[in-house]
Amino acid sequence: MYNFEFEKPETVADAVAALGAEDAQALGGGQTLIPTLKQRLASPSTLVSLKNIAEMQGVCKGDDGSICIGGATNHATVAAEAGDYPALAETAAHIGDPAVRNRGTIGGSLANNDPSACYPAAALASGATIVTNSREIAADDYFQGMFTTALEEGEIVTEVRFPVPEKANYQKFVQPASRFALVGVFVAKYSDGVRVAITGASNDGVFRWAEAEAALSANFAPEALDGLSLSGDDMISDLHGTGAYRAHLCGVMTKRAVAAAA
Amino acid sequence: MTQVNMTVNGKAASGDVEGRTLLSSFLRDQLKLTGTHVGCDTSQCGACVVHVDGVAVKSCTMLAAEADGAEVATIEGQANPDGSLNVIQQAFQDHHGLQCGFCTPGMVMSTAALLKDNPKPTETEVRAYLEGNICRCTGYHNIVKAIMAASGQDAGAIAAE
Ligand SMILES: Cc1cc2nc3c(=O)[nH]c(=O)nc-3n(C[C@H](O)[C@H](O)[C@H](O)COP(=O)(O)OP(=O)(O)OC[C@H]3O[C@@H](n4cnc5c(N)ncnc54)[C@H](O)[C@@H]3O)c2cc1C
Ligand code: FES
Ligand code: FES
Repeated sequence: MYNFEFEKPETVADAVAALGAEDAQALGGGQTLIPTLKQRLASPSTLVSLKNIAEMQGVCKGDDGSICIGGATNHATVAAEAGDYPALAETAAHIGDPAVRNRGTIGGSLANNDPSACYPAAALASGATIVTNSREIAADDYFQGMFTTALEEGEIVTEVRFPVPEKANYQKFVQPASRFALVGVFVAKYSDGVRVAITGASNDGVFRWAEAEAALSANFAPEALDGLSLSGDDMISDLHGTGAYRAHLCGVMTKRAVAAAA
Repeated sequence: MTQVNMTVNGKAASGDVEGRTLLSSFLRDQLKLTGTHVGCDTSQCGACVVHVDGVAVKSCTMLAAEADGAEVATIEGQANPDGSLNVIQQAFQDHHGLQCGFCTPGMVMSTAALLKDNPKPTETEVRAYLEGNICRCTGYHNIVKAIMAASGQDAGAIAAE
């Protein structure tokens, strides 16, 4: 690792100010960034830890019944405290391993937008709102391709707001070496329709499967997906699975998620 | 260099660190607590697991500066006050839960964290909890037995695989 300065501000305003310095970078739980720094793939001048900002910690309930999660809240806390949205708590409970869940944060996961990460699928399927220090971004506008988001330089995710669906489920086909999703499907049924978001599969990162959403909005049952399939041509192909294999898994995991949705 | 102050195994510890100093390096190189092992250094193996403010973390993936002001517990602080092995350590010995012993500090620290939250875990819960702790020797079976025994459950009920 190249050396850097370390700062731990206690307010969002101070963090934003610290991130204004040249080559300063935010540090959430470090579960992605520290390994990246070890490989010398980044060389920030200063790391600004967001962990000591009280207003970015914890799970609460919004006036409209939505679940609000502070951007620096770790996965273990979401697993334990987001019980009003059980599928979201379950998703958090299966990210990585216990030690990773004690450090990694929702803001870090959504900022990183790894094409195989779990939270992007939950946020996109839930039509979540990503709240930053300067604005609110709808999940549909936020995810812009593998490792790419709508965030500007120095902008931090301070909160994520999830409308609570009638039924939802996340099915993760675990890639056993990394414990990320080889393919993960999050299905959420709201009164105005069903949303299906898929992670792990596409070269463009997390995406919504429109045909499955239409079929499930008409009939929320695994059979509604019979005959629907995705093309594997633009999907990730690696030693863990071909694009065609991933495309097949998308259908299987979506059916399983619908069957398990509660 | 900045000074960090923390409590390690109940005793005050401090030192000057760079921004990039890992908690694992601070413990091993500066405090000479070499019981915390570094296996992969890529957040995969769990040999470096310690507790920070009561929860298990991979000390190779946390900065020493992030632990400033924290309570840290390592394998060196696990034995009973008279120096005898604690219940978890004794169970690992009794059930041959280690061979080379490289993974063992992390296994013991993860087990301690598990049993604090879940004093009587099922075999499935034990195996799931140890997902981030890799052992190249034992095949995990005797580790699971040791943890069942340490939690006061019947280790003999774990079927041989
Ligand atoms: C062994 C292992 C297994 C894992 N398994 C999974 C898995 O199964 N599923 C999964 O989804 N993930 C998995 N992860 C990734 C884990 O969830 C990370 O914690 C997460 O992707 C990044 O979050 P972080 O808080 O650690 O961010 P960091 O590593 O601190 O930061 C990542 C990036 O986000 C930026 N950032 C951090 N916080 C914010 C913020 N609030 N606002 C704006 N930018 C920010 C940083 O500058 C950096 O660019 C795994 C990681 C490991 C080490
Ligand atoms: S050395 Fe930290 S996880 Fe392997
Ligand atoms: S006992 Fe050798 S790695 Fe576990």
